[in-house]
Amino acid sequence: MCSGPGDPKSNVERNAGLLNFITQGKRQFQDVRVLFGNGHATAFSSQMTAISASDRGAVKEQRMRKDREEQGSRRGFLRSAFAACVTAGTVVIPIDRIQAAPHKKLPTDKATSFAFFRPDEVQFLSAAVDRFIPPDEEWPGAVDAGVVDYIDQQMAGKWGSAGDMYWHGPFKEGTPSQGYQLPFTPAELFRRAIAAVNQYFTAQGTWFHRLSAGQQDEYLEMLLANKTTLNGVPSKVFADFLLRHTIEGFFADPIYGGNKDMVGWRMLGFPGPYGEYYELIDQYGIKLDREPVSIGQSAHHHAK
Amino acid sequence: MTQKLKPVDVAVVGVGFMGAIMAKELAAQGLKVVGLERGKQRWTVPEFQAPEIHDELKYSIRKGMMQDVTREAMTFRNSPTQEALPIRQWEAFLPGTDLGGSGVHWNGQTFRFTEADFVWRTRMRERYGKDFVDPSLTIQDWGVTYDELEPHFDKFEYLLGTGGKAGNLNGKIQPGGNPFESRRSREYPNPPLKEQYGGVLFRKAATDMGYHPFVQPASNMSRPYTNPEGLQLNACNYCGFCERYACEHFAKATPQTVILPVLLKNPNFELRTEAQVLRVNLDPDKKTATGVTYVDATGREFVQPADLVIITTFAFNNARMMLLSGIGKPYDPKTGEGVIGRNYAYQTTSDVFVFFDENININPFMAAGGSGTLIDDFNDDNFDHGPHGFIGGSYIMSALTNGRPIEFHPTPPGTPEWGKEWKTAIRHHYNHTAHILIHGSSMPTRTNSLDLDPTYKDAWGLPLLRMTFEFPHNDMKMSQFCVDRAVEIGKRMGAKTVAGYPRKAPFTTQKYQTTHNSGGVIMGSDPSTSAVNRYLQSWDAHNVFVVGTSAYPHEPGYNPTGTLGALAYWSVDAIKKQYLKHPAPMVSA
Repeated sequence: MCSGPGDPKSNVERNAGLLNFITQGKRQFQDVRVLFGNGHATAFSSQMTAISASDRGAVKEQRMRKDREEQGSRRGFLRSAFAACVTAGTVVIPIDRIQAAPHKKLPTDKATSFAFFRPDEVQFLSAAVDRFIPPDEEWPGAVDAGVVDYIDQQMAGKWGSAGDMYWHGPFKEGTPSQGYQLPFTPAELFRRAIAAVNQYFTAQGTWFHRLSAGQQDEYLEMLLANKTTLNGVPSKVFADFLLRHTIEGFFADPIYGGNKDMVGWRMLGFPGPYGEYYELIDQYGIKLDREPVSIGQSAHHHAK
Repeated sequence: MTQKLKPVDVAVVGVGFMGAIMAKELAAQGLKVVGLERGKQRWTVPEFQAPEIHDELKYSIRKGMMQDVTREAMTFRNSPTQEALPIRQWEAFLPGTDLGGSGVHWNGQTFRFTEADFVWRTRMRERYGKDFVDPSLTIQDWGVTYDELEPHFDKFEYLLGTGGKAGNLNGKIQPGGNPFESRRSREYPNPPLKEQYGGVLFRKAATDMGYHPFVQPASNMSRPYTNPEGLQLNACNYCGFCERYACEHFAKATPQTVILPVLLKNPNFELRTEAQVLRVNLDPDKKTATGVTYVDATGREFVQPADLVIITTFAFNNARMMLLSGIGKPYDPKTGEGVIGRNYAYQTTSDVFVFFDENININPFMAAGGSGTLIDDFNDDNFDHGPHGFIGGSYIMSALTNGRPIEFHPTPPGTPEWGKEWKTAIRHHYNHTAHILIHGSSMPTRTNSLDLDPTYKDAWGLPLLRMTFEFPHNDMKMSQFCVDRAVEIGKRMGAKTVAGYPRKAPFTTQKYQTTHNSGGVIMGSDPSTSAVNRYLQSWDAHNVFVVGTSAYPHEPGYNPTGTLGALAYWSVDAIKKQYLKHPAPMVSA
């Protein structure tokens, strides 16, 4: 397992490295067309486009798919998929080796891959969202699911610049019932609040992502309890906002950069946004056991 | 420079369900009708099609189909002593926009109010005595009776293809239907929808407890249907994307599927989209309207003269249009005088979650917007309120309209809101939880009202609407009572844990409850306490009609659309039969 509980200090870094790895493989995976029957979404899994055998990501994906076919079990698939993360290529890399690797492939290494966030912001975000939705024995956490990518895309776009909100003043302090009234766009809110968090910890010679899991949880609890202000942002406003976006990124359609490989949906048993249940709805208590279908996958078969 | 257009007979402001009905009936009379819709055109093909139409983030979370809040928001406060601030993104309620209005993203739940609702004040006093009702509740009679509306309910249900089982056919109680409903003259046009698993478990428990469960009447097609306008709809496939979404399958009754194609074929009708009506223009004597002023997509201003103006925008926007136009006296909560903005009400919804063991697969994603199973035993005036000290009630319905995971991932009480334990809990409960909706009435008060905001403006420089609203004590008491009943049913369903959440103050704009906003331009028999008469005709300008849930003097515990359709047909029938022959006030003040 890639992302089992371990030394909290290196947990984020490990996840971040794996994220890179998974993301690379994922790009290949998106080229693999999965065909569906008319209306009913049954995976037709033996059709794959040719992929260079030397491509490690593709090899990994092939292995994942093969495992899935053989095991026929969603959870079994994921267990083996994440084992495959570690055993990519042919050499099994023990977890402690990854942790100890001298070159840690943080998301921050690829500065160009984030449209909005800066490296120090990504470090905080990666650590925080992985406390909100931590990896466990069976299911990846928020970072592996692409939540940081999701939030980055949201903040870089219309939503981040308050393009979906009534944005005229005067901006005044209101009651919780009146909702968000700060004069900061969502992107500004993230930037200001994370800067305050990072300043707070660097002043003590550390970073949020260097804390133990327990310390991180304690700090997040403190923010959620609104016990401080972060550059003018009540900490609860920021923490609620971060939690909300973490959940969105874990469950929104993969077209938005999160919920990679539909892990959020697989975890819950949500079959995706396209289903025809006329024949199934009154088969009471039936266990629907099929691969979920996402918007990207359904583009070519569903409209009629 | 404002351009004056060629006069027409009728200008309809807002082309949603009610605008389409009014326009269709009047164009069929040979009148020249112009429909002015602020939004864009949109149709089942291509706008409502896959792949993007089932995008939970875009539509449920970012409110992709709703009134453009960047241009037209509203302000809110809980009490008149507070300063209202803008609702910067919709959450508690979701007014629609674009062609078809909120009739595109509704769930399809199609109820009739009961005969008691239309004579609510009289009924409460007769049954419980004049001192029973909390004096802060400004309830009043509607000025129309259920019997008068019955043929129009029928007409609307057949237009929509509503599926259900009659519970009261011409006074005879029918097995399988709702025994508390008021008399209907014939069966629904279609049979009920299939029930969900949660509904089946609910039905059994409710039956065991001596209640009267039935399947919710709904306008998601239970089978293929051709409506009286000749339009064909398909059977619903229970995909779980009704509310907040448009139906891609022609299976939900919407203006696009049941009436607009017929309306647009009539050469007497002209649709103008992206036409933002700023105000209804009045004669100098303020007794009649002369037409409307609107702005098109490029900012050009037009005056459209019309003999008859019919306002059919979303509920509270009707009140705003009246205030911006200066028709009718604005309501003043300090004195209780004035009519426009009076009796704003909502819906007092509450929730019960029923957590089963993991061997019960509820499959929440297999759902139609109206595939609930409910009891009406504690709604309306269907039970004796004497011992309970409140008026009104709720239907209690097992319903999951969807299993969309950003919105739906229930956890039992005591579960943390994040972290490992939360993650484990949502996995364990996602497919094993039933939901019971307690859909409660909302009684008007002296302070719950609408007016124009003194500070905040829309994109055209006009004041936003200001909403002042708090849950009355009566309604919170009702909610608690009905939640207690629902928890008892939930326990009987065999659940491990049942969690009830009665509605409590303060009302918050930050959590979705329902889009059943009502009042503000209410109907009645007395011009000092109502804005429109029993035909929805303005008391002040007789050639202005205001059709919307804005007309409701209170909000009963049923979904509002069925009654609204009946009122629209009732109103247009009166226009056709009386008003066109003699354009004057149809009720003397």
